[in-house]
Amino acid sequence: MKFGVMKPHRRRKLFLILFLLVVSGSSVGLTLMALRENINLFYSPAEIVSGTAPVNKLIRAGGMVLEDSIFRSENNLEVRFIVTDMQDSEFTIFYNGILPDLFREGQGVVARGSLNEDGVFLAEEVLAKHDENYMPPEVADVINQAHAEPSK
Amino acid sequence: MIIELGHFSLILALGLSVVLTVIPAWGVQTTNSTLMQCGDSVARGLFFFLVLAFLALCYAFVVDDFSVDYVANNSNSALPIHFKISAVWGAHEGSFLLWTLVLGAWIFAVTLFSRDLSLDMRARVLSVLGLLAFGFTLFSLLTSNPFERSLPVFPQEGNDLNPLLQDFGLIVHPPMLYIGYVGFAVPFALAIATLWSGRLDMAWARWSRPWTNIAWAFLTVGITLGSWWAYYELGWGGWWFWDAVENASFMPWLVGTALIHSLASTEKRAVFKTWTVLLAISAFALSLLGGFLVRSGVLTSVHAFAQDPQRGMYILVFLIIIVGGSLVLYAVRAQGIKSNTIFSWSSREAMILVNNLLLVVATAVVLLGTLYPLAYEAATGGNKLSVGPPYFNAVFVPVMVILFLFMAVSQRSRWKNTKREVLLKKQVIYVIGSAVTATLLIVFLASFKPYVLLIVTIAFWISLNLLENILQRVKRRHWQWSAVFTQSLSYYGMLLGHLGMVIMMIGICCTVYYSVERDVRMVPGDELALGGYQFKFVGVQKINGPNYASDQAEIIVTYKGKEVAALFPEKRLYTARGSLMTEADIDPGIFRDLYVALGEPLAQGAWAVRIQVKPFVRWIWIGGLLSALGGFIAVGDKRYRRLRRQDAVDLPQNLSA
Repeated sequence: MKFGVMKPHRRRKLFLILFLLVVSGSSVGLTLMALRENINLFYSPAEIVSGTAPVNKLIRAGGMVLEDSIFRSENNLEVRFIVTDMQDSEFTIFYNGILPDLFREGQGVVARGSLNEDGVFLAEEVLAKHDENYMPPEVADVINQAHAEPSK
Repeated sequence: MIIELGHFSLILALGLSVVLTVIPAWGVQTTNSTLMQCGDSVARGLFFFLVLAFLALCYAFVVDDFSVDYVANNSNSALPIHFKISAVWGAHEGSFLLWTLVLGAWIFAVTLFSRDLSLDMRARVLSVLGLLAFGFTLFSLLTSNPFERSLPVFPQEGNDLNPLLQDFGLIVHPPMLYIGYVGFAVPFALAIATLWSGRLDMAWARWSRPWTNIAWAFLTVGITLGSWWAYYELGWGGWWFWDAVENASFMPWLVGTALIHSLASTEKRAVFKTWTVLLAISAFALSLLGGFLVRSGVLTSVHAFAQDPQRGMYILVFLIIIVGGSLVLYAVRAQGIKSNTIFSWSSREAMILVNNLLLVVATAVVLLGTLYPLAYEAATGGNKLSVGPPYFNAVFVPVMVILFLFMAVSQRSRWKNTKREVLLKKQVIYVIGSAVTATLLIVFLASFKPYVLLIVTIAFWISLNLLENILQRVKRRHWQWSAVFTQSLSYYGMLLGHLGMVIMMIGICCTVYYSVERDVRMVPGDELALGGYQFKFVGVQKINGPNYASDQAEIIVTYKGKEVAALFPEKRLYTARGSLMTEADIDPGIFRDLYVALGEPLAQGAWAVRIQVKPFVRWIWIGGLLSALGGFIAVGDKRYRRLRRQDAVDLPQNLSA
């Protein structure tokens, strides 16, 4: 059927359908774009040490806080500590702010932030949980995997 | 002994739930009214035994019976009595028992307040609810039995309740939330009963409305309290985190809000019938999904209960059976039901359609963000990711802004068709007036921010339209101002519901854009200027609570040289678990909160301190509670009782359906 001979109400319907398609299509597209820009992938200490993790991109990383590795600044809230997978991969996290109550040595942590060129993780946020018996699933995985495939 | 009675009661409740599922349904199939009638007494028996089970668990907590594993893990003899009782729902097993008890209470309420529902419909509703009760009770007994004992050797002292939960918030937040969550089971059961009977008529919508309203209102209270609790206890001043479990409660709320609106149009105008049924099913399905997310531990969340794949699997299977079954029934029965009602694009029906579409889109957006990490993990074989709050803010907020624009316009819409002049009269003046007032307020009292201007303008514009709505009612009564006070309760409920959202909207945007926050290292004597206030760190002293030892700081706040508040934030060490807790101190106010929290002790007597000034943050919760109040008020409308009596005359025609 030629467009020109369409009856007016059909043409209106066609426009409505086209309009809805464009609107819904573009909103789905925008939503997916927003989603892609805001997902934070999780990387284990091994991946960070080996250089698999991207540099200067917002990611999440975590493991166990190494004993005796917490160093605080004398005059502000800067702190750095080492996170390990309990085998032989470890990296340094740098953070400026208040650490959560459940943060302590030997405890699992997950941090959100980015990795700089020197392999130091600059955390914007350090997460801990409600419950001291609760291990973040990411960290539990990290420990288990590191145990399953010992150092090469 | 009492514990065993509790356990036994739960088993009896399971048995009764089977009877409740089977007998009334059988009665319906065989048109046997005796069998249909026995649903009521079985349902009450079920509730009775659930209450007994719950009381038995409460008793175990009160008398410190640490031979019960659940009590030993979540209580302590030094715990104050009110926390001992709220500790009953402080962890997975007990909170699920509460969940089941709440379902029992709703079933009991159905037997009380549905005497006018036709016999076969009541039997169907109770049968569906019985099936749900069966699923929950069986889950409790199989995977999360709170009555399990460790005998003969048991701990002499309990492990104590998680300190974060030793708070007023735990006493009120979970029960309110569960009453709301589980409350959607009633509209769900009504929807299923309707599909089952094949009588998808307006009476169904009329029936569902008060139940939906009240469940929605409780859920609103629950979510609002949760946000408030997080703010002062856990969040370091945050009030919403887009946490997976928050989302799990928020999605049923969004769909529930859509359902309230579409039920109105189905009742009044017989439109969107099948759509409304689908919403009722979705609201409850999302509640169940929330249960799954919270209790399976599949997602990283502050709410994560102990992880147990078996529990997750059980709920997942239950979810699939219930939702799958409902959707199949829907597909078979909803076909061929058509609304022949005509409405124009300016009618209230059309506005409600827009409302529903936007709310469903918003739900889909939240659902996508919540489940995406799960899907990603499944697709990539274990890689983890998280979806950050920026995603939710970027996508959810614009949808809400459009929704609120429509909220302003739709206040004047009429059923079937709205005359152009009614819809548009004075609207331009209103918009300009709102924008000018908003600009003046913002520029003189704060600082100019385009988004704040947009939101506050919309808020004023909606408020003007709410006033216009009232004025039109007065006009229809020939300007008798007494008309303001003689409207129906559901009308006041509607006004209050929308007004609450307006207040919340102002609160959210002012808090987001005008809050100031600093994390600083302070030694006694240090001062910090923030948001016009002067915060002086006086010092820290040791104090002792019933089951904790605490470092309590003193911070004096002055404004233009005058003291406004002395704040005492604490860092507590709960002795039984050895766990640290931050107890913030807040000077609350209608227009601003002053919020201080202690971080960690640092070298040389210094402390890490977080100081915040949060304008209008209370408006978020005041708005939420007002909206909920609107929901409660609407339920009290005489109309529902009157209509019910008519239904009772109309309905019992085709019992054989």
